Amino acid sequence: MAHEVHAQTEVHHEPQSFWTRYIFSQDAKIIGIQYLITAFVMGFVAMVLSWLMRLQLGFPGKTFPWLEKLLPHAAQGGILNQDFYLAAVTMHGTIMIFFFITAAGTGGFSNFLIPLQIGARDMAFPFLNMLSYWVYLAACIVLIASFFVPGGPAGGGWTMYPPLSSVKEALMGSGWGATLWLIALALFIASTTMGSLNYITTVLNLRTKGMTMGRLPLTVWALFITAILGLLSFPVLFAAAVMLLLDRHLGTSFFTPYLVVSDKHIPHEGGNPILWQHLFWFLAHPEVYIAILPSMGITSEVLSTHARKPIFGYKGMVAAIAAIALLSFLVWGHHMFVSGMNPWLGTAFMTTTLLIAVPSAIKTFNWLATLWGGNIRFTTAMLFAIGFISTFATGGLTGIFLGNPPVDIPLHDTYFVVAHFHFVMGVSAVFGLFAGVYHWFPKMFGRMMNERLGKLHFWLTFIGVYFIFFPMHYLGFLGVPRRYYAFDQYDFIPQALVHNINVVVSVAAFIVGAAQLLFVINFIWSLFKGPKADRNPWKANTLEWQAPSPPPHGNWGDELPVVYRWPYDYSVPGAPEDFIPQTVPTVPARRGDGGDGKGGQASQ
Amino acid sequence: MRRKRGQMDGVVLALLLVLLVLAAAITVAGSKKFGWWLRPLASEHGAAIDRLFVTTLVITGVVFILVQLLLAFLVFRYRGEAGRRAVFYPDNPRLELAWTIVPAVILTMLILSGGRLWSRIQLSSPPPDAFVVEVWGQQFKWAIRYPGKDGKFGRVDMRLISGDNPLGIDTKDPASKDDIFFPAGEGELHVPVNKPVVVYLRSKDVIHSFYVPHFRVKQDAVPGMVTRVWFVPTRKGQFEIACAELCGQGHYTMRGILIVEDEAQVQEWLAQQSTVADLIP
Ligand code: HEM
Ligand SMILES: [Cu+2]
Ligand SMILES: [Cu+2]
Repeated sequence: MAHEVHAQTEVHHEPQSFWTRYIFSQDAKIIGIQYLITAFVMGFVAMVLSWLMRLQLGFPGKTFPWLEKLLPHAAQGGILNQDFYLAAVTMHGTIMIFFFITAAGTGGFSNFLIPLQIGARDMAFPFLNMLSYWVYLAACIVLIASFFVPGGPAGGGWTMYPPLSSVKEALMGSGWGATLWLIALALFIASTTMGSLNYITTVLNLRTKGMTMGRLPLTVWALFITAILGLLSFPVLFAAAVMLLLDRHLGTSFFTPYLVVSDKHIPHEGGNPILWQHLFWFLAHPEVYIAILPSMGITSEVLSTHARKPIFGYKGMVAAIAAIALLSFLVWGHHMFVSGMNPWLGTAFMTTTLLIAVPSAIKTFNWLATLWGGNIRFTTAMLFAIGFISTFATGGLTGIFLGNPPVDIPLHDTYFVVAHFHFVMGVSAVFGLFAGVYHWFPKMFGRMMNERLGKLHFWLTFIGVYFIFFPMHYLGFLGVPRRYYAFDQYDFIPQALVHNINVVVSVAAFIVGAAQLLFVINFIWSLFKGPKADRNPWKANTLEWQAPSPPPHGNWGDELPVVYRWPYDYSVPGAPEDFIPQTVPTVPARRGDGGDGKGGQASQ
Repeated sequence: MRRKRGQMDGVVLALLLVLLVLAAAITVAGSKKFGWWLRPLASEHGAAIDRLFVTTLVITGVVFILVQLLLAFLVFRYRGEAGRRAVFYPDNPRLELAWTIVPAVILTMLILSGGRLWSRIQLSSPPPDAFVVEVWGQQFKWAIRYPGKDGKFGRVDMRLISGDNPLGIDTKDPASKDDIFFPAGEGELHVPVNKPVVVYLRSKDVIHSFYVPHFRVKQDAVPGMVTRVWFVPTRKGQFEIACAELCGQGHYTMRGILIVEDEAQVQEWLAQQSTVADLIP
C-alpha cells in the first residue's frame, strides 16, 4: 500500500507569481520556511522579554531612564513594575514553548523534512497545510496584540491557573490580556491540529517505493510521533481554554468557586481550580515532549551524518520515542504533587514519571555510542547536536529530583525547577533547532551558512547557557521561589549571595542574547551572499540530499526516488565512499539485516 | 587547514565539558560550605526528605559526571581526520539491554524509597492529639484561625465575609464561639515544638502555597476546598512562611511568621487572645 505512489506522480506546475510562490504558498517547503522564520521572530521577542526579567532580577531597584522611554507604562521611573514582570514571565514562557519551539519544531521541520525525506512531492493536504500556517500567524498576532490592550498581557504564568486567570479583579493581566491569551492559544491549537493531521497522513500514505516504516530517518519518526502526541493532547487544552473563556465571560463555574477578591464577592458556584490543572497538564506534559522530540530527531540525524556512523540502535531509538510518547500521557500529575490533589495519585504519577527516564537514558547512551568510533566533523550543526546531548543530560537528571514527590516538596516552584526545564526542554530543544537550521540551510536556500560565524555563535551560546542556568540549581537548593519579582522580603534568602548569583546569571543572559544576533546576521547574509551549495554538501544519505538545492516545486522532477536501504549506511566496510544514499540498490541484502537494507553493498 | 580547525573544535569542546564537570563537582560538593544549601532543617520528616535528596544528588551527580566526561572523551578521541574511516557499528542489543536495565533498576529503587517516604508524609493521618490550626491565603497575606478550647472549628461560609467577619465565620454554629482568628496580615502563627501540627489550608481568592523552607513543607491553598499538611517542628524559634504559588502582583511579598515554642507558652498565648464571641457581634 505504502509503496503505491498515488496521484502524486504528476508534477504540478510551478506557481508563477511571487505571491502564490512565497506568500500564499501551498508548497510544504515554503510553508516550513515561513513557519521557521515566524517562529524565530517570536523566539526573539521572548528572548527580549527574558532580558527585561533578568534586568530586574540582576539589578533590582536600579533605575534605567532608557527603560522608561522604551516602556512608559511598564517602567515608570525607570524600574520595571511588578505587573509587567509577571506579564513578561508569562509571555516569555508562552511564546518560547508554543509559539517558538513547538511552531519551529513541528511546523517548521515537519513541513520541510517530511515530504522530502519520505520521497513525496508534497503534503497530503496542501491547502490545509497553508491554512495551518495562516492560523498560526493569526495566533501570533493576537498574542502580540495583547501587549497593547488595557491592563497589558496575561500575567498568570504560562500555566494560567485559575482563579488568578479567571477573574479580572485578581491581576492586571487577567482582563483583556487573559482573554487574548486564551484566544491565541485556541487558534494555535487549531493550527497544530491541522498540521498534525497532515503530517500523520503524509507519513502513512505518501512514502515512496521502498520507503518502509523501518527505513524512515529518525527525524521522520520523531516528527510523526510528535504529530500523534499533538493530535491527542492539544484538543484537551482547547476544551479547557474554551471553558476558561466561558468562566470569564459567561459566568459559568468550571474552574471558579465562590471567591472574595480584595473584599469583593465574586458569586461563582462550585467550580474547581484543580480541574484546570489536570486538563492543562494533560496537554502540557506531552507538550514538553512535543517540544523536544523534533530536536531529538534532528540530533540523531546530524550526529550520524557528521560522525560518519550509523545511528546506534535504530530500533531502540524508535522504541524509545514511542515509549516516551506513550508514557508522556501518564505523568501529568507530577506537576501537582502539592496541589491538593489526592496524595495517592502522587504515588502513581511518581512511578510513571521516573519510568519515563528509562527511554530517555536509552536515547542518551545510544547517541554516545553513535559517536564512539566515529570520524567526527565538527560542523556548526554537529556542535549544536553535541551540545544538545550535554544540556539534555544535565536537565534530564534534575528531573529525577522533581519526579520524586518527597524530594519535590522543597524544590517545587523554586529556581531548581527553572533550571531543570530550561536545560531539558528550553536550551536543548533550541540547540536541536539550531542544529537543524545549520544542517538544512543549504537544502532550504541553496547556499551555505558561514561556519566561522556559526561556530562563534555556538561557543558563546553553549558556554553562556551553563552560566545562566546552572547557578539556578543552587538558588533552588536555597529554596528561592520562582515567579518572584524580587527576593528582598525574606530573611531565609541569603541576600548578598543570591544577589551575586543573579548578577552573574543576568550578565550571562545579556551576552547569550546578544550572541543570537550572530545567528540572525549569518542567516540573512548567507541567504544572499553564502557560497552556492551543491546537492549533497554533507555527503548524507537521506533522500532530500538527492534533490537539487533548493528542491524545485514537486521536489523530484519527473521520477520519484526509489529507496533500497535504511538511511544510516555510513562507513560501510568495503564501500568506496563513507556514505551510501538510500537510493543506491543493495546486492544481495546482507543476511540478518531484517529487510531494512542495512549495510548492504552497492551494486555497481 | 580546514581539518586542523575541525580538530581544534573537538579539543576545545572536550576541554569545556571537563571544566563543566569540575565546576559542577566543586560547587555541589562545597555547597554547604559556600552557603548555597538547603535551609537548616527544623522539622522531623524533613530529615528523611533531605536524606533522599542527598541520595538523589549523589546518584544523578555520578551519572552527570560519567555522561559529560564520556561525551568529552568521545569528541576528543574521535575528532575527524581526512582518510580515516569510522567503524560500522549499527547496534549491539546486549549493550542496549544493559543501559535499559541499569537505569531501570536504579529508578525502581528510587521509586520504592520515594514511595515509602511519601506514604509516611502524605498518606498517613496525624495523631488525634495533634495541634490544629487553620491558615487562609489571601492576596498577599496570611490569615489564621485556631479552633479554641473545644478543639473544633466553627462553620465558615465565604458569603458571610465582611469587614467585621473577615473569614466568614458562622456565629450560629456553637463550635465557632471560642474560635480565635487573626485577619490577614495580623498575628503570628504559634505552634508547639516536638508535637505534630496539622495545618488546614484555605484560600479566599486565588491559589496560594503555604511554604515553610526550614520545615520542608509546601502545600497549596486552593479556594473552594480545604487542603491539609502536617509536620512536627523540632526547633524553637521564628520561621518564615512564603507563598510558593503565583498569586498576583504582590506574590513575592506574601510573608508570614511562624513561631515555634513550648506547648505551655502556646497555650498561654492563646488564652490571652480574643475569641469570635468577643469580636463578632
Ligand atoms: C536566554 C535564554 C533564556 C533566559 C535568560 C530565560 C530566562 C527566564 C526567566 C528569568 C524566567 C522567569 C523566572 C521566574 O521569575 O520564575 C523564565 C521562565 C520561563 N522560561 Fe525562560 N529563559 C530563556 C530561554 C528559554 C527557553 C529557550 C525556553 C523554552 C522552553 C524558556 C521557557 C521558559 C518557561 C516555560 C518559563 C516559565 C514561565 C512561567 O513561570 O510561567 N525560556 N525564563
Ligand atoms: Cu511534566
Ligand atoms: Cu500567595
